[in-house]
Amino acid sequence: MVTKISIKKNQYRDSVFLMVISEQARSLPGIVEIAVMMGTDNNKSLMKGVGFSGSDLDSARVNDMVFCIRGESQEAVENALTQVEEMLTRRPRSGELADVHKTLDAVIRERPETNFAIISVPVPFAARETKKALNYGLNVLVFSDNVPVEEEVELKKLASKMNRIVMGPDCGTAIINHVALAFANAVTAGPIGLVAASGTGLQEVICLIDRAGYGISQAIGTGGRDLSDEVGGISMLRGLDILDEDEETEVIVLISKPPGPSTTEKILKRVSKSPKKVIVNFLGYDTGRISNSGAIAAGTLEETAYLAVATLKGEPYRYKNFGMPEVEMKRMVENETERMTRDQKFIRGLYSGGTLCDEAILILSSIVGEVYSNVPIQPNLGLQDLSKGYRHCCIDLGDDHFTRGRPHPMISPEIRNRYLLNEAKDREVAVLLLDVVLGYGAHMNMAGALAESIKVAKSKAESRGQYLSVVASVCGTTRDPQDFSSQVEQLRKVGVVVMPSNAQAARFAAMIAVKLQSKFRT
Amino acid sequence: MKNENDSFHTMKPFFGKELVVVNIGISPFYDDLKKQNIKATHVDWEPPAGGDQEVVALLDKLLH
Repeated sequence: MVTKISIKKNQYRDSVFLMVISEQARSLPGIVEIAVMMGTDNNKSLMKGVGFSGSDLDSARVNDMVFCIRGESQEAVENALTQVEEMLTRRPRSGELADVHKTLDAVIRERPETNFAIISVPVPFAARETKKALNYGLNVLVFSDNVPVEEEVELKKLASKMNRIVMGPDCGTAIINHVALAFANAVTAGPIGLVAASGTGLQEVICLIDRAGYGISQAIGTGGRDLSDEVGGISMLRGLDILDEDEETEVIVLISKPPGPSTTEKILKRVSKSPKKVIVNFLGYDTGRISNSGAIAAGTLEETAYLAVATLKGEPYRYKNFGMPEVEMKRMVENETERMTRDQKFIRGLYSGGTLCDEAILILSSIVGEVYSNVPIQPNLGLQDLSKGYRHCCIDLGDDHFTRGRPHPMISPEIRNRYLLNEAKDREVAVLLLDVVLGYGAHMNMAGALAESIKVAKSKAESRGQYLSVVASVCGTTRDPQDFSSQVEQLRKVGVVVMPSNAQAARFAAMIAVKLQSKFRT
Repeated sequence: MKNENDSFHTMKPFFGKELVVVNIGISPFYDDLKKQNIKATHVDWEPPAGGDQEVVALLDKLLH
């Protein structure tokens, strides 16, 4: 085995670009491990974690590009280095050259009407750039994650003082003035406004509203930590103020994991003062306590979307477990379980969306009992070995453990395909449960990229006399760059049961598991 | 460092009539804005002072 570390001084490139290059380079002949990264402390410790070390690596700085390559031969390593260097020179860039500048100061000089900034620079500089943008009077979406919480609080307080808002850090999705920012979907304009501390939670709700024929005024992201007691919901409270005053917004939706105790109280108190109808989904939180505040409580993301639509229309709403008639659902369960064997028992959820994974765990555990996960709802249900599934489980493949130095599973199908094929080897698996998240920033054909592996997984099961059920939902709209309908079609073509929402997909998977229990009870 | 053309504390509606975006960092976000025909500029960001955070902190202190 040959290992090489090479440093290119003062060659800054953004992390997404380098991750894509590293991913492509991993399939070069004779390559065992390859990482092309900037020399940040975080990246250097990642590289050390996979066995690269040396004084060159130690001395690399944040604007030095580091190549760590391990291959089967000297030739393979040198070839990979040459190829990667060539990939780097082919740096893609679209748009008009006149719109590209070196600093924010230059942008403001050139286009003083600028009023919004998206910031995705490495952590040591994210707070600095955000402060700069706020001082220019801009509202800011901070995509960078792992910003220290005390810096988050400082930035959000500064924004409030200046009558601005900071969305994030770690904010992946927003729709402002009908413009999709970062990983957002293309949705119709309309009177429903949202504030959410959850990326895919927000995406699922706005897509369901859009597909029900209604539209979005603003979708404000806050970053996942906003409702912790340390931050105190500064951006969600600010978002509520903005939507209360926004003339286009008639109904407000709030989405988050259960907030910290004092923040819950603060938010619900503020909600009770809103002149508009507010629907609140604190995933897994006691809905009775939310209703007591005068808000309309929703249990699932799907219920949140349909409650928002019904509230807008002024109609009563009763949540149904499935969009299709019960008899039809039973027939589908019969179909899926018909060729399953006695040892097939378990559901394995392989998720790209964090909140979608959380929601699936909540729904599944209310029907089938214990659900293991890398993001468990109870600490005793944590997966010990993250390389494979265990009993009923849902793995959030977008969690830090899987995305350190690697592309997120919404961008690249690689990790999910690997897990999918691995789970298909397990005779005890009955159902694979998946999400496919569309929108700007996401992979251009995730359904197509997963379909190939699903075909292989199903035939693997078939060759040993079993039937593997694959159940999925697609979070997207017909106006998304990937087109919702064609993504659904590609999955259905390879035998996937595509449900209209993540909640229904999880419920359907649970129905299969329950049916198997009764079928093979004797 | 005030943006002269902005009505600073009284921007109404809150996000302004038209969103004009600057993207600092990952370039695909800028490409997606362009696809939506949004007025956007991109900052081809590089770490200031060669990435030396101590020098950056010192410069920030001197300038403010």
